[in-house]
Amino acid sequence: MNLEKVVFAFFILLALTLNFGFFLGDIDVPHHHSVYELFAAIVVSLIATVLKFGDRTHLGALLLATSLVADLQLIMAAVVWAFAEHITGSGMTPAVMAIIVSLSGGALLANITSVVLLVAETLTVRS
Amino acid sequence: MHNIAFVLLRRIRSPLIVLICVYAIAILGFVLIPGMDDEGQPWKMDFFHAFYFVSFMGSTIGFGEIPYPFTDGQRMWATVTIYGSVVSWLYAIGSLLAVVQDPAFRTLNRQNSFRRSISRINSPFYLICGYGETSSLLISALTEAGIRSVVIDADQYKLNTLELEDYPIPVPGLCADVSLPEILILGGLKQKNCIGCVALTDRDPINLKVALTSKLLNPSIKVIARTETQDAELNIASFGTDEIINPFTTFAGRLALAIHSPSMFVLFEWMTGVPHEPLCQPIYPPRGTWILCGYGRFGKAVHERLASEGVSATIIEEKPELTEAPKGTVVGRGTEASTLLEADICNAVGIVAGTDDDSNNLSIIMTARELNPHLFMVARKNHRANASIFQAAQTNLTMQRGSVIAHKIFALITTPLLAEFLRLAITHNNAWAESIIERVSAIADDEAPQIWTVNINNEDAPALVDALSRNQRPRLKQLYAHPKNRDETLPIFTLLLKRNNDEMLLPDGDTPLKAGDQILLCGQHDIRNQMEWVLKNHNVYHYIHTGEVLAQGWLWRKFMTSKSDQKS
Repeated sequence: MNLEKVVFAFFILLALTLNFGFFLGDIDVPHHHSVYELFAAIVVSLIATVLKFGDRTHLGALLLATSLVADLQLIMAAVVWAFAEHITGSGMTPAVMAIIVSLSGGALLANITSVVLLVAETLTVRS
Repeated sequence: MHNIAFVLLRRIRSPLIVLICVYAIAILGFVLIPGMDDEGQPWKMDFFHAFYFVSFMGSTIGFGEIPYPFTDGQRMWATVTIYGSVVSWLYAIGSLLAVVQDPAFRTLNRQNSFRRSISRINSPFYLICGYGETSSLLISALTEAGIRSVVIDADQYKLNTLELEDYPIPVPGLCADVSLPEILILGGLKQKNCIGCVALTDRDPINLKVALTSKLLNPSIKVIARTETQDAELNIASFGTDEIINPFTTFAGRLALAIHSPSMFVLFEWMTGVPHEPLCQPIYPPRGTWILCGYGRFGKAVHERLASEGVSATIIEEKPELTEAPKGTVVGRGTEASTLLEADICNAVGIVAGTDDDSNNLSIIMTARELNPHLFMVARKNHRANASIFQAAQTNLTMQRGSVIAHKIFALITTPLLAEFLRLAITHNNAWAESIIERVSAIADDEAPQIWTVNINNEDAPALVDALSRNQRPRLKQLYAHPKNRDETLPIFTLLLKRNNDEMLLPDGDTPLKAGDQILLCGQHDIRNQMEWVLKNHNVYHYIHTGEVLAQGWLWRKFMTSKSDQKS
């Protein structure tokens, strides 16, 4: 067992689960989606990205790319949230919530890809 | 390039994670801690404001408490997080700077910029391994001739001197071990415009490895290697290295040449001169017994050459047992009068101060002059930096090894045909050399003459090849005619004409030219451009051949031919 691998897999999986937790619920119902969960998803996703830095293998590059996609989608979701709440003054409407959740849905796909790649790597490289 | 990005990313991984965690905790704290708005109502900061506050807190502390004044709870949390964020920022910036300062990272960075500057060279260049007196002279001669060069040396100190030299064309340099093949590849060995590799380090095994690597990785380029022992010379020659130079025998040979056939020596010096170098004056060394101070590798080679030419020499050597000096050697340094007197200096005609120490050589010269003012004095100069004191010592001849070797390599690189000329020349006697010197001094002003090769082929001489195909029989002297007035001659003469495997030394001006001829010309500097007109321009050739100016345009030419038809 390798502690580095545990930490690495932990963050990648946690990024997926938090993202999924936020995504779960009706798409346009604001109280189904917690802002704290989105915050946690963003933080964990960022940490997972940094953990993937500096891997020069092809798979490492792929993992980094999926993470960057997830970060981008989640940060976009957070920006849309802040825009709706504070700048336009319209408050949280079902339409805005739908945009945020669908963005996080995209991030979810990227995170799933990440986990699939991780599992594939573990299966091919005998430990 | 991508290597650097990966190394950088890997090194700053942990500071970035710390930074993200500190930010996340600080933001979460502000969101959770209850606050109060301006009307005293309970209020909670949202993520947007928390992120804003934490962002500027870490860097600028002092924007104030927004959007409402903080409660004591919030202030306490802000106090804690200020320290956290400032420390994590310092950590992140500190590690980034440490990575940039890291020797391994800097080496990587230097290699990358070296690779970039080499890939940007798009003219032919030489890869020079080892930077010293010889290399720096060679590089300045090459840049003077407009040829680029690239330097690799294992010593950073020497490369610093390379950077301080003010070459007109930039010379990229890298501090690396040239015995590693990837370093040579980094230096552009496999690049298309690399035309040669010169191994000039002072260690034979390294030169051997460089020559071997170059021949294997890029067989088409010219490889020139320096060796100090005959053993290494044979080894390097065995795999087809183009030129091998032993600095001791080459230098000793040149010095011996100066003593027994001075005109030949002057001819060699002039022919291998670098651009814009002043011509050395002819010397007249006397015949008789010489004194040779120093019997090291150089002294041995000189003695051998002198003996084979029948010049007798008395040797002075400090450690005769160590250097296996022959019988009759006077023991001593030669810097003190007693030793020189023991060597019978009063009856000698000349002295060679050939130790590897410049101060000793000068001391020998000064002492010898006091004892016998009529001596012909030859001094060996080891370092270029001492040039001024050697000049002040007013010796009859001062020779520097690095300069002799650099000149020889320069001649080999720029005009390969010159090597053949010199090989043929050495078989002639001193009087023959004197006749050539007269011809050269007739055309050259105070500068070394330019030596260049003309190939009679479509690329070098299209007008001449065209004339040959029309059976016009161009002659050698037509190359010397002035393109504006054919009765005037340019200051040029031919040293060698090579046709297939026949070599004609100093061919006559009436020699007819043939396609495929290689001609070695000697002329004043910058006269080459004037001469190229007759080779490349059909009209100029026609004028020089017939004496009439040809009409240039199609219409005018038609008109002129119809007129001349009428006449006939």
